[in-house]
Amino acid sequence: MDKMPGWADAVLVPLISLILAAILSALVIIGIGEDPVAAFKLMVDGALMRSSGWGYTLYYATNFIFTGLAVSVAFHARLFNIGGEGQAMIGGLGVALACLYIPWPNWYVALIGATASAALFGAMWAFIPAYLQAKRGSHIVITTIMFNFIAAAVLNYVLVNILRPQGAMDPSTAKFPEPTHLPTFQDMFSTAETAMFRGAPANVTFFLALVMCLVVWALIWRTRLGYEIRAFGESESAAKYAGISPVKITVVAMLISGGLAGMMALNTTMGEAERLVMNATEGAGFIGIAVALMGRSHPFGVLLAALLFGFLYQGGAELALWTNIPRELIVVIQALVILFTGALDNMVRMPLEKIFLARRRAQSGSAR
Amino acid sequence: MTLMTKLYGAAAALALTAGAAAAEPALIFDLGGKFDKSFNEAAFGGAQRWAEETGESFREIELQSEAQREQALRRFAENGNNPIVMTGFAFGNVLSEVAPDYPDTKFAIIDMVVDQPNVRSVVFNEHEGSYLVGMMAAQASESGTVGFIGGMDIPLIRKFACGYAQGVLAVNPDATVVANMTGTTPAAWNDPVKGSELTKAQISQGADVVYAAAGGTGVGVLQTAADEGILSIGVDSNQNYLHPGKVLTSMMKRVDNAVYDAMTMGTDLETGINVMGIANGGIGYAMDEHNASLISAEMQATVDAASAKIASGELTVHDYMSDDSCPAISF
Repeated sequence: MDKMPGWADAVLVPLISLILAAILSALVIIGIGEDPVAAFKLMVDGALMRSSGWGYTLYYATNFIFTGLAVSVAFHARLFNIGGEGQAMIGGLGVALACLYIPWPNWYVALIGATASAALFGAMWAFIPAYLQAKRGSHIVITTIMFNFIAAAVLNYVLVNILRPQGAMDPSTAKFPEPTHLPTFQDMFSTAETAMFRGAPANVTFFLALVMCLVVWALIWRTRLGYEIRAFGESESAAKYAGISPVKITVVAMLISGGLAGMMALNTTMGEAERLVMNATEGAGFIGIAVALMGRSHPFGVLLAALLFGFLYQGGAELALWTNIPRELIVVIQALVILFTGALDNMVRMPLEKIFLARRRAQSGSAR
Repeated sequence: MTLMTKLYGAAAALALTAGAAAAEPALIFDLGGKFDKSFNEAAFGGAQRWAEETGESFREIELQSEAQREQALRRFAENGNNPIVMTGFAFGNVLSEVAPDYPDTKFAIIDMVVDQPNVRSVVFNEHEGSYLVGMMAAQASESGTVGFIGGMDIPLIRKFACGYAQGVLAVNPDATVVANMTGTTPAAWNDPVKGSELTKAQISQGADVVYAAAGGTGVGVLQTAADEGILSIGVDSNQNYLHPGKVLTSMMKRVDNAVYDAMTMGTDLETGINVMGIANGGIGYAMDEHNASLISAEMQATVDAASAKIASGELTVHDYMSDDSCPAISF
């Protein structure tokens, strides 16, 4: 029997966490002598009141949807994939190789090819920790986080020594050829009179992210494999008894997770920069963990949480532009939200559960 | 009621600042951040000097991510900030795409050439300044071996090394120049420990003067050189004061002047390529009370003579970036 009704679990807990984070952030802003109301207004104005603001918010959200889904899928099998960052980096390498060395006729064929390549590279990077976990019992948290560093070193080497064009100073690849450029929201929604989403990096991969939300939902709750993943996550011994191979589920769940994380690189590499730069992931792999936690590992929750974090990122950029709030403090504000929604979940949940239990007891008492 | 008043007050204050921002110049720092003791900090110093002298203010932003490069440029341009100054070659690609969208806004980029009608590209003749400090190094060296420690291995830093080696060989054709790069990624700009290791390695090869062209890594080079009792040469800003009596001189790259000039010209910013060299005071070497005891009148006279020749065009220092090769040193 659940201690709380579903709506309270899904809506009330994150909402109260958010409000607490907002109150603390406001105190931080007051502490450095700025006006929190004006700051919040700036964030909302910059992120949600202009189409180009939305363009950035959705761009960041796209990254977080992919990495959030990646963490969610693994989490259903009770595997904590902290390696989204590294898998996305290697996924970026897959995108770059596909875009640079295959002569694509047009963008949608290129997108299909690059998606396959990104997912393949990301999945391969997740495969090694998955195999080590399944066969050797090396803890997935340790191995995936280590693989982030290895991925950074690999990318470093490849960019500097192999893919960097002759004479260029930036350690990045050449610009991808014209046919692989993805349509941005500006290309899609602008009319001759009004320019919408001007200059914003949001692009067609946002819709791919939405599709992947649906695919993951169907996979987890409507397929046999999803059932096996969930059964394995709930109880390994029960799953084994039911004839589910732990090795297979561990490896497959991590492959899907790594593939999703790798696909994040489509947005930053193919959609935005149109070349592979050194720090293309920008920490989205780690934000994905917070997104998955806040979204309760449900694709719809992940979507909402990703939008929230997209707003925080874009709003944070606006704060940096128009106020004297230093960038370190903007990171503090973003961190507060992660702390409250992700790590301090029980701080809100447990008192709430008590309240609901007390109410239920009172109700059943009066009915008798 | 009081809440509403506060809200209106905040909105009004916001509107006011936005209005005042209309003619302000803006400065965008690269990912290294504002206080890097080197390149970005010099840019901030120049903007600060402009603000103090004119009593006006400027907008600034320290970037958090790659995606913000374009965003910062566009938002400042849309806000009416003019001119918009940015530090570092990494803005090159983005600026060449953004600049045509805002033909009425003037941009200034430092260390990179962007060929657009509304962009001022400020580049420095680092090879000339490095040549001068190379002459200093060769004259101060007793062992006949001098060192060079670069930051990230990019053509720009090879340009420093090449000028330096030419200067050394001009004074002492038999001298040996040992050159090392700290790394191949931007992390090489801020790795003082590696800088220190490289300095020790160069000392073991006989170097008794080392020139650090490595951003934050140079702090480690200068420190180790001072600890081990050899001389060092600073870069970008005047770093003589860091270890008085131990830093021979500093190659001055006046990024602060470049920013100051751009902001002073304001909306009438002169576009095109602006080369800062010895002739126009953009490049030089540092002399102050901290290194006066290290440099004899004779040494200074030799270097000043070369400096005058470079300024008049009588002497040309080979620029590595002109043909990706260097006659004085191989990499």
